[in-house]
Amino acid sequence: MKTRDATRFAFDALRGYRTRTLLMLLAMSIGVASVLVLTSLGEAARRYVTGEFSSLGTNLIIVLPGKSETSGGSPSLLGGTTRDLTLNDALAVSRSALINHMAPLIIGSAPVSVKNLQRDVMVVGSTSSLLDVRQWRLGKGRFLPETDITRARFVTVLGSTLKQELFGAKNALGEWVRIGDRRFRVIGIMAAQGRSFDIDVENVAFVPVAAAQMLFNTQSLFRILLDTRSRESIPRAIAFIKHTLRERHQGEEDVTLITQDAVLATFDKILRALTLTVAGIAAISLAVAGILIMNVMLVAVSQRTTEIGLLKALGVPQRQIIRLFMTEAALLSGMGAGLGLLVGQTVSSVIGYFYPALPLGTPWWAFLAAIGVALGTGLLFSLLPARRAAQLDPVQALARR
Amino acid sequence: MIRLTDIQRDFQVGDQQVHALRDINLQVAAGEYISIMGPSGSGKSTLLNMIGLLDQPTAGHYQLDGQDVTTLSDEQQARTRREKIGFVFQFFHLVPRLTAAQNIALPLMLAGMPEKQRNQKVQMALQQMGIADRAGHRPDQLSGGQRQRVAIARATVIGPAVLLADEPTGNLDSAAGTEVVKILEQLNANGLTLLVVTHDETLGKRARRRIHMIDGAIEHDTLLQNHTPPASP
Ligand SMILES: Nc1ncnc2c1ncn2[C@@H]1O[C@H](COP(=O)(O)OP(=O)(O)OP(=O)(O)O)[C@@H](O)[C@H]1O
Ligand SMILES: [Mg+2]
Repeated sequence: MKTRDATRFAFDALRGYRTRTLLMLLAMSIGVASVLVLTSLGEAARRYVTGEFSSLGTNLIIVLPGKSETSGGSPSLLGGTTRDLTLNDALAVSRSALINHMAPLIIGSAPVSVKNLQRDVMVVGSTSSLLDVRQWRLGKGRFLPETDITRARFVTVLGSTLKQELFGAKNALGEWVRIGDRRFRVIGIMAAQGRSFDIDVENVAFVPVAAAQMLFNTQSLFRILLDTRSRESIPRAIAFIKHTLRERHQGEEDVTLITQDAVLATFDKILRALTLTVAGIAAISLAVAGILIMNVMLVAVSQRTTEIGLLKALGVPQRQIIRLFMTEAALLSGMGAGLGLLVGQTVSSVIGYFYPALPLGTPWWAFLAAIGVALGTGLLFSLLPARRAAQLDPVQALARR
Repeated sequence: MIRLTDIQRDFQVGDQQVHALRDINLQVAAGEYISIMGPSGSGKSTLLNMIGLLDQPTAGHYQLDGQDVTTLSDEQQARTRREKIGFVFQFFHLVPRLTAAQNIALPLMLAGMPEKQRNQKVQMALQQMGIADRAGHRPDQLSGGQRQRVAIARATVIGPAVLLADEPTGNLDSAAGTEVVKILEQLNANGLTLLVVTHDETLGKRARRRIHMIDGAIEHDTLLQNHTPPASP
């Protein structure tokens, strides 16, 4: 029998039993569509999060005080004391030629007021380099001054929302605001740039780091942010920073260094695993579709008993009967997968329409996997019914009406 | 052409053995016209299915064209069936979703014949059966007689040596039955070996050779010399 004829015969059979065909197409396409939609959502989550992390800046190294270790007790119990990170530490570290920008960070909360308007917001003490390290955009005026960072100057740069709340549409540049118990002159306004991953830039007052030290009455830094000249120099920069700080801290390694790469890789791994899990769960619906196909195929075999008996009487060997039924199964799962692709892509684009922020996009392996699993389950679960058809006793098959 | 030797066919029904065929010895020459009669349950259909290779004997030998066919594989038996044997059933067994032409083309298609050649053969068969105007009709749009003619065309389109008909008129009124018998006898006149199982005495008596079965055994096997059936059945 020619392949084309076999395909046509199978296709006619599928058309002849419309309800069962539609049912199976439905089951198959729902399975395939859910695999596609769920993986594309998972991928979107992964891309969203890694995208956010990338926005922290490139080649970023974060230094934080204290050694964070997963084993052993807390350092203080073991007798080691955690030294504060100071501005001088930060300056010493930034002296390396490997380091491009250095931004010390002090973060606290303080009331910011203009006349009788007051807001409690996050106050970030840093330097002019912060803008470069974090790749934020300035709206108006200047960012923090590029002078000796140990000198306290009472100037501030406001986030766009904060400025709006304190000054409305009025000009704020050159005006005075009170932060805590000191007066600061506004020298710049940040551009609106959406929520950054860790800091709500729109709702922040930036001040020079030395001014923040006075404001919060502390010498210790919350973080030191550094960025290196190139990605390749990150390991050498880390070695240099560790060495420098150990020397400055009497031989104790009491800081933790985080690179953006490491964090990114971890999140990437977690979210990829999540996507796979979700895809796996969706694949269960394909397996369910497979079982449905088996049942419907078994019904089809008993519905078409006389036809099978007739085929045998016409001289069709068992092997060819199996082939005919498998062709039907392949057509069904193929069409089901195709339909599922269509449905899945439609649902994805509908979701994308309503949530434009989600970087939706089905990874290529999900397409292959969905179609592969659809064809695989379709054929696998049709094997038993097809064999049953082939082994029917033709005499009995033809004896009944 | 057909030689059955000591054929037995037993069925196990619960604890009971049913002997559907006992010690059947039968030889059929090419071109014969044989009717098989007998009471219900006497084994007529079982014998026909045995000859058609749809059923296997419990014991005995079956030679078709000098070849022992009981020991053939499924594949080889299917091939023999396809090439040498045609079936006509009481209930027609047309594929309901296919048109008359497609039903007739089915064995050719299954044998892998190209479509062009197929269509030619089908056209000829339709003409021969006098149903050329019904080519595009599905079985449910045909009368019983027309359905059986489609079934006969399907059974003979590949050019078998033997045609096995199990009560071919059992489901037809007398007029349609007469038509069908005419066609079958016409085919036999053209050289086709014809075995007809029937309950109809008059139909049975039209055959030159009559086999009477009782309880799984051949009771009479009469070959009439100088037999000429009535011109019109
Ligand atoms: N698959 C089977 N299982 C058990 N017994 C069977 C089977 N097929 C046939 N028989 C028995 O074998 C015997 C012969 O059956 P068969 O169908 O050949 O009779 P028949 O002469 O064709 O009868 P009818 O004229 O009613 O068609 C019967 O007794 C029947 O009950
Ligand atoms: Mg019978």
